[in-house]
Amino acid sequence: MKYKSQAVAKPYFIAAIGLFLGQISFGLIMGLQYVVGDFLFPAIPFNVARMVHTNLLIVWLLFGFMGAAYYLIPEESERELHSPKLALAMFWIFLVAGAATILGYLLVPYATLAELTGNNLLATMGREFLEQPLPTKVGIVIVALAMLYNLSMTVLKGRKTAINLVMLLGLWGLAIFFLFSFYNPANLVKDKFYWWWVVHLWVEGVWELIMGSMLAFVLVKVTGVDREVIEKWLYVIIAMALISGLIGMGHHYFWIGAPEYWQWWGSVFSALEPIPFFMMTVFAFNMVSRRRREHPNKAAVLWALGTGVMAFLGAGVWGFLHTLAPVNFYTHGSQITAAHGHMAFYGAYAMVVLTMISYTMPLMRGREANSPAAQLAEMWGFWLMTISMVLITLFLTAAGILQVWLQRMGASPMSFMAAQDQISLFYWMREITGLFFFLGLLLYIGSFFIKGKPATAKDPATARGLASATA
Amino acid sequence: MSSAFTKSAARNIFYGGAVFFFLLLVALTFDTMNTLPKRDNRANLTESAARGKHIWETRNCVGCHSLLGEGAYFAPELGNVYVRRGPEFIKTWLKIQPTGAPGRRQMPQFNLTEQQLDDLVSFFKYTSGINTAKWPPNIEG
Repeated sequence: MKYKSQAVAKPYFIAAIGLFLGQISFGLIMGLQYVVGDFLFPAIPFNVARMVHTNLLIVWLLFGFMGAAYYLIPEESERELHSPKLALAMFWIFLVAGAATILGYLLVPYATLAELTGNNLLATMGREFLEQPLPTKVGIVIVALAMLYNLSMTVLKGRKTAINLVMLLGLWGLAIFFLFSFYNPANLVKDKFYWWWVVHLWVEGVWELIMGSMLAFVLVKVTGVDREVIEKWLYVIIAMALISGLIGMGHHYFWIGAPEYWQWWGSVFSALEPIPFFMMTVFAFNMVSRRRREHPNKAAVLWALGTGVMAFLGAGVWGFLHTLAPVNFYTHGSQITAAHGHMAFYGAYAMVVLTMISYTMPLMRGREANSPAAQLAEMWGFWLMTISMVLITLFLTAAGILQVWLQRMGASPMSFMAAQDQISLFYWMREITGLFFFLGLLLYIGSFFIKGKPATAKDPATARGLASATA
Repeated sequence: MSSAFTKSAARNIFYGGAVFFFLLLVALTFDTMNTLPKRDNRANLTESAARGKHIWETRNCVGCHSLLGEGAYFAPELGNVYVRRGPEFIKTWLKIQPTGAPGRRQMPQFNLTEQQLDDLVSFFKYTSGINTAKWPPNIEG
């Protein structure tokens, strides 16, 4: 850690991991409700569990992005953060607002929550992922603006690199496109059309800039490869992300009432969306194999390679699987979508945040890398979570194919619930695999508490693992 | 990547590509907004349907159901429920929840008034008339 103010990232990362644990716990509740329908009913109905699960995901990723930005922007800009106090204040505001929102979901009926929080003044609630009450949404905007002010001032007065400029651009985009969450017309088609300007332009747009920047930053640090090379890759990757992703938004406009030409625009451009993710994989492996130094933090290198691969599989391959309009006609809104969503979010965004945490946390705790024992536990956590997520995705894909076959194809299609009963075996397997994911997460969290002498680059056990990964 | 292809060339492709395709997106959006009156069933977007949408949102229906294929996949698609089940079935269904059948998925009781139930039905009538390019593949959603 080169600058004292980078340490503000630490509480952000701790909160992110804590909320991640909450997210997975509620995921397990929902997974069980899929097969034991009345589990925890009426205390926690499925819709409440789902809202908590997805909102915690969004909030912990945002904590992760913000923490990452507060860490990497001072270092890239070669100066202290404009105002560490403001960053810390925003942390507490965001944490309290986030916790209050989740408690509101759990303790108050949603309709009452809407009533109490001014949803009748400006109705924005009750839309997927944008369920937050109005004060929370306003809070997100305030926290984001304060962060952008803080980071922009830092960059303006400091060194400008591709990495910090792309990060800043991604975060500005995140804040600007979130403003569409305040637009909720009675016309459902318009509502849905602009809802995607938040959701799609985040996850298949500006978040890819943030992800690229974080990955590039860590790769510069752990491989020692020339910055010129890494930054060139970064620009090419994010260029492809926006060239494919902006019009690729059309793949959400096939069946919601928008004109049918979107079937062409959406199919063609979203078919290109795997390219930037494939390039991220090639990028990560290429840089690690051309490394000019042996970084003692092997766990961070593993996460960096892992996020490239899993983002490509989850966002790229599983996205492509159902993105062409003639296929999507049958798979739209089925478990195929759920399968893609799980691996894409984990592979691209959860893992890139964990990459950044893995690289920076030891530095913020006063060492270049954790002890070999701690790294080993972390890497076990990596493999348990990652393999579990692959299996979860495969089981949901199987469930989705069967669902589509039973409910949407054939001469005598089944009703929704009849089809669900037929595929419950796959939901059980998903739930059991989910328990292994949870174990992996506990092991990952446990690795932070394992002490010991910090690893050095020469440490044989971890060096071997890396050599085989890039052979 | 070869050294003839420089970082500034990559940067220019990024900025140029982003601006070009964003403008293309804006143009297509503009055209979409002009085309929507022919497709979005706004004739049936009555006051009652608009109130129904508000009920839909404030009861977080999308947390279990999908609507035109978007939402959760825990419970049936409702964009076409007006056609699949009809208005009376929808109202009765909402009144008798939860079923309490052991081990089965449960829907909460929302205690909606007769007026609110009618509004919700108007909303489903409106959604069922949106031109969705023939989606879903069949009535089961």
